[in-house]
Amino acid sequence: MNRALALNPQAVEVPASQDALLEVSNLTLRRGKAVVLDGVSLALHSGETLGLIGESGAGKSTLAMALIGLLRAPEVQLEGSMRFRGTELVTLREADYRRLRGNKIGLIFQDATAALNPCFTVGEQIAEPLKRHLGLSKWDRRERAAELMHSVGIPEPALRLDAYPHELSGGMQQRVMIAIALACNPELLLADEPTSALDVTIQAQIMELILDRVRALNSSAVFVLHDLALGAQVCDRIAVMYAGQIVEEGPSERVLAAPLHPYTQGLKSCVVELGSSTLVPIPGQIPPLNAMPAGCRFAPRCPRAQAICGEQRPVAETRDGRQIACWFID
Amino acid sequence: MFQAVSAKLAQTLLVLLIVSAASFTFLKLAPGDPVSIMLGSDYSKTSYDQLTHELGLDQPVVFQYGHWLANFVRGDWGISYITNQDIFELAVMQALPVTLTLAALSLLIALLIGIPTGVLAALYRNSWIDVLATTLAIGGNAFPSFYLGIILIWVFGVDLGWFPVLGFVAPWEDFWQGLWHLALPAVTLGAWYVGLIARITRSSLLEVLGQPYILAAKARGEPGWRVVWVHGMRNVLMPLVTVIGLQLGGMLRGAVMTEVVFALPGLGMMVTTAVLNREYIVVQAGIMLTGLLFVAVNLAVDQTYQFLDPRLRRR
Repeated sequence: MNRALALNPQAVEVPASQDALLEVSNLTLRRGKAVVLDGVSLALHSGETLGLIGESGAGKSTLAMALIGLLRAPEVQLEGSMRFRGTELVTLREADYRRLRGNKIGLIFQDATAALNPCFTVGEQIAEPLKRHLGLSKWDRRERAAELMHSVGIPEPALRLDAYPHELSGGMQQRVMIAIALACNPELLLADEPTSALDVTIQAQIMELILDRVRALNSSAVFVLHDLALGAQVCDRIAVMYAGQIVEEGPSERVLAAPLHPYTQGLKSCVVELGSSTLVPIPGQIPPLNAMPAGCRFAPRCPRAQAICGEQRPVAETRDGRQIACWFID
Repeated sequence: MFQAVSAKLAQTLLVLLIVSAASFTFLKLAPGDPVSIMLGSDYSKTSYDQLTHELGLDQPVVFQYGHWLANFVRGDWGISYITNQDIFELAVMQALPVTLTLAALSLLIALLIGIPTGVLAALYRNSWIDVLATTLAIGGNAFPSFYLGIILIWVFGVDLGWFPVLGFVAPWEDFWQGLWHLALPAVTLGAWYVGLIARITRSSLLEVLGQPYILAAKARGEPGWRVVWVHGMRNVLMPLVTVIGLQLGGMLRGAVMTEVVFALPGLGMMVTTAVLNREYIVVQAGIMLTGLLFVAVNLAVDQTYQFLDPRLRRR
């Protein structure tokens, strides 16, 4: 089991994994008094894709923003460790972090329309990391930007280089966003709900495109998604998040086929399936950050909850090749 | 494109026509009789009637207006009763360049101080820098320019003797002398604009910095200064230019005060003197030039939008 992963919030030791590209251990993110991420641990290897799954407010996007260093001190307080190729990111100097952003670590935003600057052409925006990180000349940048646009399936890139974002459709804008994120062949690609702002008809195309490019570049990717089934379909592994904690983590097929954590089970039964007439919602909602239960954060909504759940944090257990943080695993 | 511009031009001409008719009528209603002023205290009934007839003042107002408009369009703006100067020459060749130079220099000073102040206030929001910048901005906006002018003259002109207190030297004749003479007036007039520019820069930049494309620029590894000054400020230009254009009226009003305080021979000085002398036709020329300036700037601002915001460009 080299896809080692530590889930235990109290864990001191992270299972040794020499070749991990990204290793997050016991990461806690505080915004003032609110604990937004609570003891998150995970590891990602080269060429692997991981899906962060959960409902709104679970901390998935926050984790992605923390990984690329757009959410760090003094805005928030970070504890624990995030290692990228052995480099500690939590304490990394801002100037050094900047050299990773858009270079070794790329980020695809949810809403490309909002994430592209309306006052600059798409060519200029794709060329920016090429200048910043690779130091390409103006002519080379243009050429490479056109190549990138071609690689993400934008027809007639030479003509579209000088287009402004508003002149492109939503799908084309997201393709531009992908081209920007992949401009410097990043080793790690973060995709924050890359298709949820798009029409259903092109969601699959864009997802396929991202996976295709990630494989072609032999990069690793972290997808932030709210759809368990989609996550299981596109990712090698899945980490289910609830209220800033990872509750279940493991290989996609196994998590989707037989979820062990009650929250994952609830997520699965929320999915509408063809031919099934039952749709079971999870009662209640994520508690506000200033009123988190002391024990398991899911306890107030959990059908299996007992007295201990509200008092003590469950220790993550390895079961069936996965990590589950629950007192009463089936 | 051509259609839009010509429609705009027609609109502009209509505005100017209304301005001219309104101001002509109001000046006719104003008390004071130019004929008696020109003739002095001792004159006969015959010479009074003769001069009235010569000036066309015995004709109906509508005819007078038509006559004046026809001449105005041809560039024949009449002769000053007092100085016997050609008014077109006086207003367009002498007074207008002074006012334009003063306004341009004031705007430049206001931009050079106002934009960095606004940016600092936005970046260090709610810190002492923000409080200081906002206080200075509102103070500069609230302080009357005639009073600030007098204080500046007193401190820097008289007490310290660093700057000349009055007079105008054209910068295109002697650049440094010109700047030196214009320094105090430009600071006086610019102070009013600094506050406005700083406040607009601050609020617009705060809004822009909250946009996802700013985060996206950071995610590409762009350094902080570039994120603010390039990705951020490029989007602040549009509201900034709008406000500067809209507030031009205030600028011209301030210019009148400033020119009088510093005895600069600009449009404001020309009109003020003419009002005191009851020289309607000079006042009328001043009003028309001011109106023309105002309308021209608004037209220019409209055209700038397309340049500043690609989303407004027609293909």
